[in-house]
Amino acid sequence: MSANFYYGIEVFLNGMMAGVLYSLVALGFVLIFKASGIFNYAQGVMALFAALTLVGFQNGQIPFSHLINAIFGTNIHHFGWHMPAILAIIFTLMVMVLFAYLVEKFVLKHLVNQEPIILFMATIGLAYFMEGFGDLMWGADIKKLDVGIPQGGNIWLEEKTAFLGGPDFYGFYLDNLDMWATVCAGLLVVSLVLFSQYTKTGRALRAVADDHQAALSVGISLRAIWVIVWSIAGFVALVAGIMWGSKSGVQFSLSLIALKALPVLMLGGFTSIPGAIVGGLIIGVGEKMFEFLIGVPFLGGATENWFAYMLALLFLVFRPQGLFGEKIIERV
Amino acid sequence: MNTQDSYVTADGRTIGPPMMEVKNITLRFGGVVAIKDISFDIREGEVRAIIGPNGAGKSSMLNVINGFYHPQDGEVWFHGKKRHAMKPHQIAEQGIARTFQNIALFKGMSTLDNIMTGRLTHMKSNMFSQMMWWGGAQAEEVANREIVEKVIDFLEIQAIRKTPVGRLPYGFQKRVELGRALAAEPKLLLLDEPMAGMNVEEKEDMSRFILDVNDEFGTTIALIEHDMGVVMDIADRVVVMDYGKKIGDGTPDEVRNNQDVIDAYLGVAHD
Repeated sequence: MSANFYYGIEVFLNGMMAGVLYSLVALGFVLIFKASGIFNYAQGVMALFAALTLVGFQNGQIPFSHLINAIFGTNIHHFGWHMPAILAIIFTLMVMVLFAYLVEKFVLKHLVNQEPIILFMATIGLAYFMEGFGDLMWGADIKKLDVGIPQGGNIWLEEKTAFLGGPDFYGFYLDNLDMWATVCAGLLVVSLVLFSQYTKTGRALRAVADDHQAALSVGISLRAIWVIVWSIAGFVALVAGIMWGSKSGVQFSLSLIALKALPVLMLGGFTSIPGAIVGGLIIGVGEKMFEFLIGVPFLGGATENWFAYMLALLFLVFRPQGLFGEKIIERV
Repeated sequence: MNTQDSYVTADGRTIGPPMMEVKNITLRFGGVVAIKDISFDIREGEVRAIIGPNGAGKSSMLNVINGFYHPQDGEVWFHGKKRHAMKPHQIAEQGIARTFQNIALFKGMSTLDNIMTGRLTHMKSNMFSQMMWWGGAQAEEVANREIVEKVIDFLEIQAIRKTPVGRLPYGFQKRVELGRALAAEPKLLLLDEPMAGMNVEEKEDMSRFILDVNDEFGTTIALIEHDMGVVMDIADRVVVMDYGKKIGDGTPDEVRNNQDVIDAYLGVAHD
């Protein structure tokens, strides 16, 4: 076989892994959408905030140090210790749970039984608040995130596959980080599916999304469900933040990955956890293969910027609920 | 008749002592008084109706009983104990289930899943065993499912068990909602206009279900209804409300002959 064929396969594999990263963000959206019927605009910022907090803990940064220095004329920056990754992750998780609790207490609690658009607007406000708050707390500089996940190309795989395509082919180049992300995403999806399909809380979550009053009447505590769901979404955001942050550094443009998750959700369906993964894979593979096969040879490249949105648009026309979404039913 | 005594009705059902007592309830929304100093009781095993013209405060009364509203004054006694201010989900756990005037179902879920949510308060095994389908969780799921299937058989809705409820006709939606409340095996069942908007045939079906629930499971039922004919047929005792006040309380016959009630329903010249 020609080397080009194997490059095609490599592009395909890389596309899958890029897709998994999109899926990680999309998962957080799906969780909150399932439980409250709202599109949580703040999901991308939550990933950013989680990553910022994680780096902050690891490097022993003093939160709000800029603010403190400005007010008291001091010059403090770091505690002077370096926290092990696993401990930092646990602390960050605690911060995300606290965040979920505060969101419920100060935002969602006051918006029970409101239109979804009102809740959506609230999440936009929340997104910008968190972005500013994260800036104030940890500073706006780009940070390097390293939690010990190996990075760079996998040499072993490259050497073992080099024989496949003759002298022009040097073996498959796959990033270690991407492979780790894939494994994490797989575990995350399996446990989330089990959680939402088989546990009491998972069932209650779907009930809450449909009707607040009815949910209360069958003995579901709205507040508890919301705190749980936002905590889990915070956890998913942390995983996404770790993967994206390790890949491209922790910077404020990270919050824009929310926009990449949108087409994934339209493909997979807003309410389906497996849909988020399949949607992400299709988008990831689709945009890489399109670029490789059609974009570069015929269209001058840079098709990755719009391909996902085109695909989403097509899906909206033919299957508005997405691949795995619940069918939209409205009796008139 | 002593209020603590049990008695047997003409059709052979035993009516026990009061299980739910509301005492001097007053509920205000800002300056509007929705309920003014109302007291009545609901006895164990009876079918208790609350009737009255539109805006009389009937639904508000039900909302007070199930904890959606907290009255400014008055007490609610359940099983002989004064109830503290509770959230609706806590009250559901105490064994009070309800249906709504404007059907409140989980529209995207199937009939089966909707009724299954009625079992949520009975699920006790922990999250991880539920996820892994271990030990207790499996047995619990099977037991809950059996109760749900019983409810489905009872309400004769086997044919629609997999249908998303948003797609069902109105009468069936009402029935599924009743099913969800029944699945909780409530001690007290609150029905807010269970027959609103139904045709004669559907009303007859619903009346039959209500009577059967009361008869077979011994469930105490409090219901709001507009159709006087239906109320007189199925209720043991009736509370009549008008403008937030209680204007009558007693057996259907007593209420029918009460001058205040006649005035409220037929209108009376104010001079």
